[in-house]
Amino acid sequence: MSVMSAVLALAVIGAVCALVLVLASKFMAVPVDEKFPAIRECLPGANCGACGYAGCDGYAQALADGSETRPNLCIPGAAGAAAAVAKVLGVDAGEVEEKRAFVRCSGDCETAKRKYEYQGVTNCSAAKILFSGEWACPNSCLGYGDCEAACPSDAIHVVNGVAKVDYRKCTGCGICVRGCPNQIIDLRPVPKSVIVRCSNTQKGAQAMKVCDRACIGCMKCQKTCPSDAIHVTNFLASIDYSKCTSCSKCAEVCPKHVIEKLF
Amino acid sequence: MSKLLYIAFIMIFTQNYVMVQFLGICPFLGVSKKLDSAVGMTGAVVFVMTLASAVTWLIFHYVMEPLNLDYLSTIIFILVIAALVQFVEIFLKKYAKGLYQALGIYLPLITTNCIVLAATLLNIDEEYTFIQSIVNGLAAGVGFGLALVLFCGVRQALENAKPPKSFEGLPITMVAAALTSLTFMGFTGMAENLFH
Repeated sequence: MSVMSAVLALAVIGAVCALVLVLASKFMAVPVDEKFPAIRECLPGANCGACGYAGCDGYAQALADGSETRPNLCIPGAAGAAAAVAKVLGVDAGEVEEKRAFVRCSGDCETAKRKYEYQGVTNCSAAKILFSGEWACPNSCLGYGDCEAACPSDAIHVVNGVAKVDYRKCTGCGICVRGCPNQIIDLRPVPKSVIVRCSNTQKGAQAMKVCDRACIGCMKCQKTCPSDAIHVTNFLASIDYSKCTSCSKCAEVCPKHVIEKLF
Repeated sequence: MSKLLYIAFIMIFTQNYVMVQFLGICPFLGVSKKLDSAVGMTGAVVFVMTLASAVTWLIFHYVMEPLNLDYLSTIIFILVIAALVQFVEIFLKKYAKGLYQALGIYLPLITTNCIVLAATLLNIDEEYTFIQSIVNGLAAGVGFGLALVLFCGVRQALENAKPPKSFEGLPITMVAAALTSLTFMGFTGMAENLFH
């Protein structure tokens, strides 16, 4: 008798639990958006935020519920991801302008002058608080690798006191651009190969004192450029990439070797 | 009232499930690496344990006792708790999206955890009333959270320490867990003298 009641009680409780769960899953079912996992699958999962959303999940969610219509915002995923996302959504992919980071400073331990010896916490933000860092140039790479720590793809490293981008790994997400307290990292479109590796806006004579590799604002590049793409403002050359043809004539005339042709 | 306070005190400090009774060690070691996951897990445990205490007490006193099925409490409680957690998950997904996202991944994890089962079985063993059972479940969850958050701090300090090579990872975590649980021995005997 007691065996029967035990078995029955257990069976009844189990059946009631099962019934409740079945009813619950029937009446409280939340329709799953099939697009979201499909779109999320297309994105690279770098969670870099280059698209302007909080990670790949955020971007996929926005695309899935229709609040975002542009499928080509993913920079690390580039054209491949855009095409895949566009296929899921059934829209035109559009073009992705691929970018790569570059550091607008070339003053390494030999060429840049120090104004004091920094011995504090070894990160750029901390160094910057103390009289804008140890380097005499106010716009110099601080060299403690905040960008290195920020980079999700291990593509930027401080070498001999100045950050350098590894173009085999850089995805152009722009996290280092936001992570640099001196704001000397910039993005260039992938096909453009000429970069100005200096951010110093001091007058020529002063710039020359603080670093051997500083732009002195001599205007030679501006005069040489055949396509009117490089201009000197505030004693600092900068390239307008919408006009630059990567002819590298400016790099040849630069007396300070601040303009560089990458490839 | 004093009995309720007494139950809360022993469950959080002197009889802390994790630190003194060594229950729920799996989530204790698993999710104590980061503070936000520790807090999320605590929320889920408190929630489920309080609910499970109430539901199992009702089932025990109104179904199992009349049928003389006291000896089946372990298996029936496991069944009921598992179903309850599943139901709560479905319910939250539908009606409390925010809470679901906060507790979401931790809810299924504790479905069959011994700490929830222990709380419900203890309610019966100690012959607690309905209200006392709920307080017991709630306080046990808070105690679990306290242990988790404390140990999370210890683990974060461990990140910066450099133990010998053979101790790296889990071994040093075990040693740290043992030392942390020793501190809870300091509460021994406190409850009896505070409340009696």
